[in-house]
Amino acid sequence: METIKYIFKRILQTIPLLIMVSLISFFIIRLSPVDPLAELKLNPSISPVTVEKERQRLGLDKPIIVQYGKWALSFVKGDLGVTSNGEKVSQKLKERIPNTLLLTTIVIFLTWLVGVPLGIIAAVHWKTNFDRILTVLTSIGMAIPSFFFAVLLLMFAVKTGWFPIGGLTSPNFADMSFGNKVLDIAYHLILPVFVLFTISLAGLQRQMRANMLDVLDSDYVKFARAKGLPEWMVIYKHALRNAVNPMITLLGFEFAGLLSGAALTEYVFQYPGLGRLILEAVLKSDINLVMASLMMGAIMLVLGNLIADILLIITDPRIRVKSS
Amino acid sequence: MIKEVFQQLWKDKFARISLIVLAVIYAALFFADFIAPYTKDFSDRTMAYVPPSKIFTIDKDGKLSKPYTYNYVREFDNENLEIKYTLDRSKKHYIKFFSQGQPYKFLGLIPMKRHLFTTDKDGRIFLLGTDINGRDVFSRLLFGGRISMTIGFLALLVLFPIGLLYGGISGYFGGKVDSIMMRFAEAIMSIPSFYLLIILASILPSGMTSTQRFLLIVIILALIGWAGFARVVRGMVLSIKNQEYVQAARSIGASRMRIITKHILPQTTSFVIVAMTLSVPSYILSESGLSFLGLGIQQPDASWGNMLKEAQEFTNILYRPWLLTPGFLIFVSVLAFNVIGDTIRDILDPQSKTR
Repeated sequence: METIKYIFKRILQTIPLLIMVSLISFFIIRLSPVDPLAELKLNPSISPVTVEKERQRLGLDKPIIVQYGKWALSFVKGDLGVTSNGEKVSQKLKERIPNTLLLTTIVIFLTWLVGVPLGIIAAVHWKTNFDRILTVLTSIGMAIPSFFFAVLLLMFAVKTGWFPIGGLTSPNFADMSFGNKVLDIAYHLILPVFVLFTISLAGLQRQMRANMLDVLDSDYVKFARAKGLPEWMVIYKHALRNAVNPMITLLGFEFAGLLSGAALTEYVFQYPGLGRLILEAVLKSDINLVMASLMMGAIMLVLGNLIADILLIITDPRIRVKSS
Repeated sequence: MIKEVFQQLWKDKFARISLIVLAVIYAALFFADFIAPYTKDFSDRTMAYVPPSKIFTIDKDGKLSKPYTYNYVREFDNENLEIKYTLDRSKKHYIKFFSQGQPYKFLGLIPMKRHLFTTDKDGRIFLLGTDINGRDVFSRLLFGGRISMTIGFLALLVLFPIGLLYGGISGYFGGKVDSIMMRFAEAIMSIPSFYLLIILASILPSGMTSTQRFLLIVIILALIGWAGFARVVRGMVLSIKNQEYVQAARSIGASRMRIITKHILPQTTSFVIVAMTLSVPSYILSESGLSFLGLGIQQPDASWGNMLKEAQEFTNILYRPWLLTPGFLIFVSVLAFNVIGDTIRDILDPQSKTR
């Protein structure tokens, strides 16, 4: 019961946070000297009626605080306006967000699958050659600019022809059977996933290694050893559980970093995700689209942190005690 | 203290190599005008996408000779429909060291003409080939590095005072002030930083001089990073503010701002040093990412990121690999900064075992 109450409180806390985020984003975008309707007005395929409807919806003739109110109200209702091409923003987001989520969840899953064991092994074999080699490799992984790495891999893909050159689906995707569709998407995901995986693995492995080293140094581990427990039991039963907890907090941060890192990778690989959408929107100064995708990015980030916190409450009983 | 840290850095093998690498890079950037055979804006339109010059030291008769190079000639191959570059072997162009070349102003002040190496007037020496406008990639690497490698430090100079003061006030005052200030910082941190970065960069008005643009990008980079830093400072201030010497300062009537800036914030110095070395590389990466997208430093100015912009085209990646050199330089310098940062952290905090 305590736990549920705490989780509920934590969920409520995100609401003022999101309101603040929306205020900041709104004012930043309104700071720009760009006329939010300029693109719409220039597009000959959009009728003046639509432009006028947008002006009414955004309340552009009213003071900025009223504009914000109008925008917030329609955002909550799910009406995000139209893009400069006249498409619905919400439709566009619906296409792109699942793609970005797909990419980031696969990357997070893989980095945990590989990074956590590597961190444990490195800590257990502290200061051996294996540990040193891993440290060198992770330093290299952290230093490669994501977009540069993506460009290099693209070069590799073009030269060998082993991998598709960007995109998420093949041209004949619509005609494929379900199984082939899944395979096709997986095939297109390999390179972008590899780029993000390499870059985020380094941080995760180091963090896990540091946590594990801290825990291995603690008194209860020494006691477990002194008691004569076999080493594997000391490590996997006593040390590991405590070393993993701080990693869960990191999950939220990792998600945030991935959202940012994915933007450049998506751009290079022409991957239809949220990051590329916001980039295109920014380059076209498509205000509605920028605002909506900025908010969506923030919401995803806040939710990621929320999930990490809730997981932490479930796995770490100390937090429950502290909060109540 | 700085001297001690430096001595220990020097003892560590990897940190020593990194320090030397960075020293070489920064020295090269400082003397860029002199080392580069061409100025930043030199372009030879007939020489677009020329491959790196070949330098010969053994002549046709097999004898050792002064180093010389041949010019490239652009030809259109009618059979394969492609542009080919062949060496014009009719005329040797000897490479001259410390001789007169294009005029420049050393560090923007002293007019000079001497270059480390150059070749005769109608010869061209492009160590790393040329770009689409026939500009020497090697020279532009040096000039671009000046921007890429300093922008991070400048952003930190803007960001640290803001973060320190913000975190200091928030932590020391506590209560309502603290919770409002921290909620605001958290809200900034809840926007994916790269999204915020490109949006801020895109609302910069066009038609600014390159210096104005450079400074505004510095400020934007600082705006992205201060919140996370302020939050950590606040945490440290919370633990410091109840110590006895702070109470002593309070009891003799020091003002709150004085206590924060004179007594509490100096205690965070070692953290600030670590944070600084650890975050330089991330600003180098941010700037290059931004310029890579065309939102950062603009042509005709060079930065490593905007030089890589040309690598977005397949034909360039495949047939003109010399255009990728800025990427390797970014990689090397970020790696060196990371190694130094890790080592400094170990020195200042012997308990951490992240290495």
